[in-house]
Amino acid sequence: MIKSGFFERNLKYLFPLPALLFVLLLMVFPVLYTLFVSFTDWTLTSGRPMKFAGLGSYLKILGEPRFLDAVGRTFYFTIGAVLAEAVLGTTIALVLNREFRGKNTLKFILLLPLVATPVAVGIVFNLFYDPTIGFLNYILSILGLPQSGWVTASSTVLPSLMLVDIWQWTPMISLIVLAGMAGLSNEPYESAKVDGATSAQTFFHITLPMVMPTILTAIILRAVDALKTYDIIYAMTGGGPGYSSETLNILAYKFSFEYFNMGQASSILVFLFFIVLLFSLGVTKIRKLFEL
Amino acid sequence: MKRVLAVLLIVSLSFAVFAQGATEAPAKQQEIRVLLANHPYGELLKPLIPEFEAQTGIKVNYESLQESQLTQKLTTEFATGSSTVDVFMTRPLQEGLLFIKNGWYGSLAKYDFSDYPAASVELGRKDGVPYIVPLVIEWQVMYYRKDLFKKAGISVPTNFVELEAAAKALTKDGVAGFGSRGKGAAAVTQFSSYLYNYGGLYLDNNVAVFDTPEAIDGFRFYGRLLGTYGPQGIASMSWENLMPVFQAGKLAMWTDASVFLGQVVDPTKTQIPAEDIGVAQLPAGPKGDSPFIVTSWGMAMSSKSKNPDAAMQFLNWATSKELAVQGMLSNIPMSRNSAWANETVRKNMNAELIATQAHAAKNGYPLDRPFMSAVGQARDLIGEVIVEAINTKGTSTRLPALATEKVKAVNELLKADGEYGGK
Repeated sequence: MIKSGFFERNLKYLFPLPALLFVLLLMVFPVLYTLFVSFTDWTLTSGRPMKFAGLGSYLKILGEPRFLDAVGRTFYFTIGAVLAEAVLGTTIALVLNREFRGKNTLKFILLLPLVATPVAVGIVFNLFYDPTIGFLNYILSILGLPQSGWVTASSTVLPSLMLVDIWQWTPMISLIVLAGMAGLSNEPYESAKVDGATSAQTFFHITLPMVMPTILTAIILRAVDALKTYDIIYAMTGGGPGYSSETLNILAYKFSFEYFNMGQASSILVFLFFIVLLFSLGVTKIRKLFEL
Repeated sequence: MKRVLAVLLIVSLSFAVFAQGATEAPAKQQEIRVLLANHPYGELLKPLIPEFEAQTGIKVNYESLQESQLTQKLTTEFATGSSTVDVFMTRPLQEGLLFIKNGWYGSLAKYDFSDYPAASVELGRKDGVPYIVPLVIEWQVMYYRKDLFKKAGISVPTNFVELEAAAKALTKDGVAGFGSRGKGAAAVTQFSSYLYNYGGLYLDNNVAVFDTPEAIDGFRFYGRLLGTYGPQGIASMSWENLMPVFQAGKLAMWTDASVFLGQVVDPTKTQIPAEDIGVAQLPAGPKGDSPFIVTSWGMAMSSKSKNPDAAMQFLNWATSKELAVQGMLSNIPMSRNSAWANETVRKNMNAELIATQAHAAKNGYPLDRPFMSAVGQARDLIGEVIVEAINTKGTSTRLPALATEKVKAVNELLKADGEYGGK
């Protein structure tokens, strides 16, 4: 039986309740559960029930050479891809910030990679990259250049994957930076013009410092995503050849769904969680410097 | 007023909940959930399911998944105790032990296994209780280009020496002479026959032994063959990468599972006329002639099934003699003995394929991978040795040490799961 006035008194709690439940059940619970599993030795292959193992899973993972390699690759992939995206994205935003014919068409074309499904993108790029029957080696052979193994050689696999990430996500940085540029005031430009600044000086001393916070925001968003990249790597190489494109997320996937070693897989994910967290905090700090 | 609105909101929300319950309530029809693989046999079953529904009045909700996704979905559902699956396709060698150990398969003591080769039923049995109905078999064959052999004036190789000579002779004009899986874990199954033909094994009585001198010779030969005569990037190629290369006419010989013949000769997918494509048995090695021949797919019931009778009915139907014959006629090699004895089948199936099956059934080895619960991790470990062999064209000086290191790691896995040195 609901007492009269109960609703009025508790409306402010009742209305957000569904959203709160959603967050608790679907976002907070999985994180806490992963944390819990990471302190157990739960494997499905042994058929034994899970047992508390303290830091056992963490120690085993730290002793696994594939883990340290994966940490390195995760950073290499993220830093390489996101830096290139930031530079290219900002350049494209500068071009798009002017008025010219066909600007809207160009903007539309630039948006297309963003809406493509990563797995489909991966499959198409694999066809381009195929060393024997692929398009890219065909082009290289026509130009008389040496052919590349692309994603099939351990020396070129990560740059090849980065290229796909850059192709797909540069437009996102462009869009964010473009929005940031639209909000800049005109006054500094006018005074610069009066003082006779060259266009290079205007760019490096006015535009860049003013849009830097926006660029850094775009970098945070992209980097957090890139650290967790899974879809294109899994679809294109599955972490291969050998283990040479195995990033932390791919490694965690293998430990959980191929090795059924849930304890160690969870500890990898907890590591990844803290890496993403620290990275975001770090870049946010840098961003604050520019805002002052 | 606010209160009225709030009550209205809650009432209208609950309507949605009750409404769903109301439509489901009168349905007393039996329902089962079936998980199929994206495998030719799954494709064969799907259009026939309405017939089963009409005959029995049982509603079948089926889902179709790619093989590794199927394992993942089943494992996740069973491990979290949330499974509503009744019947599913399963890979006995990949997940059989894992599922039996965790008690996820339902007992099939009532099923009639008299029409199946005893060894194939044995793999899915524990403590006398059978759990898996063998469905589809596969064995290793060699697909080859008859036209290229004719042009080069050589005959189909029958042993590894001739195989290497043929690979050398056929590697020219942008065509790779020989291909087989080189991608670590995926290569483990196709390398197995080479290992056996060199006198090696992955596991011997549940102890890893793939670092014996015989095994090392096998790794070296496979690595030399693929590294020297294989298509570029072979160390990261599985069947899905090799097939298009073969279909594009850039590969002269390709050893892989028998299951791909239908796609290899499919005129909509291949640029090579079907009459130029041959199927031969795997050449013999210096110490053996045992291509793998395995039960690649089976069908099983969930131990958690809420509808075991309906599930059993479906299982009996989906693994029936009649459907096995239909499978054979669609080029799917089935486990049932009666399907192979069928006259129509023998008349219609590819004669070369039948010959390779007869050879494998007589001489073959019933496993194509280490048979253990942690097979996924073991395959990655063995795959490292295969990739090292390919990348060095079989000459790596650290190959024996690497193999010994991986043998140790696989034995650790066997010990951790309580499977070392016995069942």
